[in-house]
Order: sequence, then structure tokens, then C-alpha cells
Amino acid sequence: MRDVAVIGVGMTKWGELWEKSLRAIFVESALLALDDAGVDKIDSMYIGCMSSGLFVGQEHLASLLADFLSQAPAPSARVESACASGGLALRMGFIDVASGMSDVVLVGGVEKMTDVNGHEATYALSTAADQEYEGYHGITFPGLYALIARAHMEKYGTTREQLAMVAVKNHHNGSKNPLAQFPYEITVDSVLNSVMVADPLRILDCSPITDGAAAVVLCPVEMAKKMKKPVVKILGSGHATDTIALSSRKDITWLEATFQAAKKAYSMANKKPKDINLIEVHDCFTIAEICVTEALGVVDKGKGGEAVQQGITSLQGKIPVNTSGGLKAKGHPVGATGVAQVVEVVKQLRGEAGERQVKGARVGMTQNMGGSGGSTLVHIFERE
Amino acid sequence: MPTPSRYWREIPQRYRLEAGKCKNCGLVVFPPRIICPRCKSRDFEKVNLAESGKIITFTIIRVPPQQFVDQAPYAVGIVELDDGVKLTGQIVDCNFEEMKIGKRVKIEFRKIFDEGEAGIICYGYKFVPE
Repeated sequence: MRDVAVIGVGMTKWGELWEKSLRAIFVESALLALDDAGVDKIDSMYIGCMSSGLFVGQEHLASLLADFLSQAPAPSARVESACASGGLALRMGFIDVASGMSDVVLVGGVEKMTDVNGHEATYALSTAADQEYEGYHGITFPGLYALIARAHMEKYGTTREQLAMVAVKNHHNGSKNPLAQFPYEITVDSVLNSVMVADPLRILDCSPITDGAAAVVLCPVEMAKKMKKPVVKILGSGHATDTIALSSRKDITWLEATFQAAKKAYSMANKKPKDINLIEVHDCFTIAEICVTEALGVVDKGKGGEAVQQGITSLQGKIPVNTSGGLKAKGHPVGATGVAQVVEVVKQLRGEAGERQVKGARVGMTQNMGGSGGSTLVHIFERE
Repeated sequence: MPTPSRYWREIPQRYRLEAGKCKNCGLVVFPPRIICPRCKSRDFEKVNLAESGKIITFTIIRVPPQQFVDQAPYAVGIVELDDGVKLTGQIVDCNFEEMKIGKRVKIEFRKIFDEGEAGIICYGYKFVPE
């Protein structure tokens, strides 16, 4: 297997982009990544997208996006693993380069979510759950994470305020990210007084509906060095699955797929949780970040809420989590999220993260999950 | 929205609570499966779910999917039945304030939602306090 580097990253401003089509937001981010890498021709491309079919009635993104990026006849594939589609695209690109099949690979993620109304968007997202045995009974995604939150509060004494602190922290980080959908600060009070969506989760516990894309360019480390590029190496890649239905799990509060994916990534990278300088995690809801930090082993089981309260995961903390603002403040165009996490980690490791820069960051990690945790990708990166 | 065949095919589970029991290791799975998640055996017998159990977590849905708009707010929970099977469903005939983890509930056959004047009326199981 060849060592693989990320040599280019690209992301445009996220939000409700009424004036832009799916193909436009994808091509803009992809071009930024290609320009950053200094390449104009790719050997292949992978696109993470959860549901262009339900959101814009368009499938066959492989052809559409290679075509509009002017890269046809390059081989192109769209991959799907619900909200982990972007992370999965990265893994496919990584395997392609590492195997020697391709040298220069573009990995992109995209979701155009505001061409449908709120109910239709809620429905499209709900297809990541078991449609016959969860969706049929009227459960929503905020609802599934609310079930996890209630169980976590009961089992470990996690408080409502601690959940709010996740959102406050991520909005603080997001206020320093000009590309974020909601780059402003919020308070614990504003979270606790926001509209209830699925008890105990309120609207400010939830990531938003977002249009957006992100892209990165991969190539072998040897080639990157010849190109005199700053080398951010992919040290480890972990991928795992769990039951699709939340109810089928032994412990509702434990994200086994995240634990398993992290175990593989740590082992491949020869790193331990204490070696990681910053992490981008899948905070689709505030409770998710708490459970993810536990499953990644950066905090003890049941202590995710306390860790946020003590500031361990803040920008100045021992292990900063979601320096970009996370899904909460940056936005969550589902298929793009896993790739945008890589964009943030690479910027941090290159020292290009501006006001939110983690000083001396050398090793970073991303965790991207689908549904209520039924699939997860974990990647570890190091600046050479 | 379920088509008639998609709806009809789940009737044994939704109306009669038919589950699968692994003949090798005894695990009860719902919905029924073709291969056992615990021992990989492919030999199952048909059993019926236990009809009562306890709430292990719950939420109140305030922002519902389209076909549940006329029901909101409503409670949904995960219930662990007395045979160890856990399943997701609505908890009804119970004040939200009285709901708590550990509360005993039983299964009743109820309407889940309907598709409007010309569509399918969808039935299944819901939980009510014992």
C-alpha cells in the first residue's frame, strides 16, 4: 500500500443557497480544491451524496459532476452511506490511491437540501433510519437522538445544560469560521429557551438544513513531495457498521460503529487518543458529540457531558473538538459533511485556520456517521 | 408512503407480532431475519412477541413527518418486552408528565396513520400503560 497525502482542499460558504444548483455548488468547491492542489487533471473522483434523488430529483451524479467539472472521461462514482457519505467517499479515494490504481483523485461531497420544503427534507433524512420499523411509527431524526439523550441522562446523569454547552462551544468556534452557515455565538439560555423539537432536544440542539459542498485532492505522498506541497498524510482509515434500528442495540447510549472504526484507525495510524491534537466529530445533535467523544476514547464512558462542561473539548482545551463550528454552526449538507471535516483538519494541520487555529497541531482526526450511528468513518491525519 | 404490496408484506409483523426465534441459540428477533445476528444460524421458528414490557427511553415528537402532522405532539419510545426484544413505537393513552423510564406498558393494535381519503389506512402496534 502506498502512503497517501491530501494536497488540496476546497469549500465555499454554506447556507441556504437559493440561487445555486447542486452542480454549481459542487463544481465551485471542487475547483477550489484542484487550484489549491495545483492540478487540473484527475485520474478518478468519488462523490459523497446522501439523497440527491429525494432532494433534487437527480441521480447519476457520477456523470453529471464529472461532466460539469470538465473531467469526463475520468472514472467517477457517487457513494452513499446516509450522513457518512462524505467520509465514505474519502475512504474510497484513499483506497484508490493507496492501491496504486490512481494517482490524483478528487474526493467531494455535496447536498442541496433547500429545493424541497421542510417536511420533504425531514422525510428525505428519515430514510437513513429503518423505514419499516422506525419511520413507520412516526419517529424523526431529532426523535432518535432524543431517545439517546434521554437514556444517556438517565444512565450517566448528563444534564440538559451540558447538552446546551456543546451547541454554545460549537457556535463559538463557528463564529471564527467565515464559511459557516451560522457564524455567531449563542448562550446556554438561548438553547434552553429555544423551541422544543423532540424532548429533551430543542431546535438549538439540532444541526440545520444546509446547501453546501466540499472537496479534497489526494495523491501518493511521494508525488506530493515532488510537487513541493505541504504534506498532510492520511495515517489511518477506519470504517464500521452497526444495526440500522436504534432499538436493536444492546446499549442505546453507546456508538459501537464509532468505537470499532476508531479502533481500526488508531491501530493503522499507530496512534492513541492522547496523541490526537484536534477532532472534527459528527455533532448532528448535541448529544451525538457527547456520545462520539466517549466512543472515540478521548473521554471516559459516560463523561462526555462533563468533559464539555470542564472545557476539555473547547478551542483552548486539552482536545479541541469541532474547531470549524461542527455540523451545528457550520451547517450539515449531509453528503458534504464528512469531506468538510477533512478540509478543516487539513487547514488546522497546515496552520491556516486563522482565529480558530489550534497552536502546534500536528495530528488530527475526523469522525463521520450515518443515521443514528449505523455506519461510521474515522480518519487520522498527520502533518509531515 | 407505502404501496399496497409493501404494506401487505409487513402485516404478519405489524398485526400479529410475528417474530423469529433462532432454533440454534434461542435469540428472538423482530422483525424476523434470514440469518441470526448472534450465531449465524439460518434455522428459525415463528414465535409471537411478548405483549408487555417496560419503557427504556422515550421522546415527545413536536415536529412530525408529513403523515403524522395531525397527531403531534405524540410520544415515541423504545420498549423492552418481557422476552428481551426491544422495539420502537408510539406510547399512547398516557399523559406526557406520567411517562418515565421503567414504566410498564402493553401492546395494543391501533391505527398508525392514514394516507387520506383514497389511500391505505395503516395499522400496527402501539404501547399503552398497563
